[in-house]
Amino acid sequence: MSDNVSSLRQPADSAAVAALTRELAGLIVAALNLEVPAADIGPDQPLYGEGLGLDSIDILEIALVVSKQYGVQLRADSEDNERIFASLRHLAEYVNAHRTK
Amino acid sequence: MLAYRAGTPILAGQFLAEVAAASAALGGGVNVLNVCTDRYRFAVGLAAALASGKVSLLPSTRTPAVIAHLKRFAPDAVCLTDEDECDIDLPLVRFPGGSASVPGAASFAARVPRIEAGQRAAWVFTSGSTGTPVPHEKTFGGLLECISVQAQRLGLDPGVSYAIVATVPAQHMYGFEASVLLPLASGNALSAERPFYPADICAALARAPRPRVLITTPIHLRALMGANAPIPDTDLIVSATAALSGQLASEVEQRCRTRLLEIYGTTETGSIAARRTTETPEWRLWPEVTLEARAGETWARGGHVGQPTRLCDVIEVTGRDRFLLHGRVADLVNIAGKRSSLAYLDHQLNSIPGVLDGAFFHCDAAGGDAAVTRVGACVVAPGLDAAAIAAELRRRIDPVFLPRPLLLVASLPRTSTGKLPQEALRSLAATPPKPSTAG
Repeated sequence: MSDNVSSLRQPADSAAVAALTRELAGLIVAALNLEVPAADIGPDQPLYGEGLGLDSIDILEIALVVSKQYGVQLRADSEDNERIFASLRHLAEYVNAHRTK
Repeated sequence: MLAYRAGTPILAGQFLAEVAAASAALGGGVNVLNVCTDRYRFAVGLAAALASGKVSLLPSTRTPAVIAHLKRFAPDAVCLTDEDECDIDLPLVRFPGGSASVPGAASFAARVPRIEAGQRAAWVFTSGSTGTPVPHEKTFGGLLECISVQAQRLGLDPGVSYAIVATVPAQHMYGFEASVLLPLASGNALSAERPFYPADICAALARAPRPRVLITTPIHLRALMGANAPIPDTDLIVSATAALSGQLASEVEQRCRTRLLEIYGTTETGSIAARRTTETPEWRLWPEVTLEARAGETWARGGHVGQPTRLCDVIEVTGRDRFLLHGRVADLVNIAGKRSSLAYLDHQLNSIPGVLDGAFFHCDAAGGDAAVTRVGACVVAPGLDAAAIAAELRRRIDPVFLPRPLLLVASLPRTSTGKLPQEALRSLAATPPKPSTAG
């Protein structure tokens, strides 16, 4: 199902992903009480470790937000998982392709 | 049935064969840092160590500074890993691959090793207040004594084999007891995976045959309830690392059609009490363990705990074997089951070259009901920026304790007597003129 949806959305993809990237930055900053302004999170900055400094507790919190807001259930056993959290842009692309709301 | 991986059973014969192969691979030293992420492989490594008289090292974190300390503590230590890439600075032993030859039925009994109760099974470590981890010895007999009470208190039927799924790592004291020793020592089956996201937890539960048990934490339960996914019926859910609110406990019991029990314990003592949160806020101690108040502190002793051991929580004893928890003692930091102290964190911060003065603080005043309470820090370090300090801290302390916020300040708000009230640090953090943050 998600594959069909993503192909239908193809033309508007880059714009949708860009908008989602900003939206997710705001949601993450709010959910995690981060000090950094949402606008300062670069779309290609790593979320884990040396980048934004998030840890697995944060990732679980983001998963909760993504599930409530977009109906996307993240799975650790999917091969995408590491890539999804490589950066905000990757997360946005994944959510854009799999969102159900 | 000894274990499941992805729903496929692993029998005791295969386990014994893999234990023999792992024993051979571990070589001649005594100490083993077992970092296998697959819970079944961790159990094989643990059993291999036990069977050959070796001791498993269970540090609370694996930062370079902690590994350096481990090398001084146990110069012969090797690291058993099942990952392709492992950057731990110890001699690495890869978990033996390939299929170990399974012994026939005749040699089966002969290959089950006998282990004396007094044998040292593990060293666990807590962060002391001086920057050096403090070791605590765990004997095989002491661990088994604790686990046999745990199995009773959880209401596990000794005649039934439960499939035990866990979201916690095998190396953390709670996970070590409830997700590795409990299945191995009480005839239940462990599950090799460590599901993380709510959808993973649901899938792992669905694959596990009934009766099934979920060993988890308030953080995972909160995520599970928030995800709105259908949760497979589960016969028992166990939570530890932080106290659950009554409201979340009720929701879990209703939505999972189950009993939810909480375990209370510490790294030093292992588990010592349990409660069914929807029935009572009171914790009931293991039968041989007693509590005593000493100068405002609470100490546990007896049973598997042995010598009096200080507990880092504010405890009100309400009966011979009952107590209430009233939060942490001021110095304790507990984030998602990882424990440290402000004194330890301050020591690490102030040992960074270029840091003139620095102090951690709790971001909330009382240790309230927030899912996760972080720590912040104020630092005086004229030549450094926040990112450089964060990078140095990352080498020294577990990432969950990295300060949020990390504020660079001109001076710390010390009182005239040199004291540094937590409230003053929080105020400073709440009204920063122009904060520079680690992000």
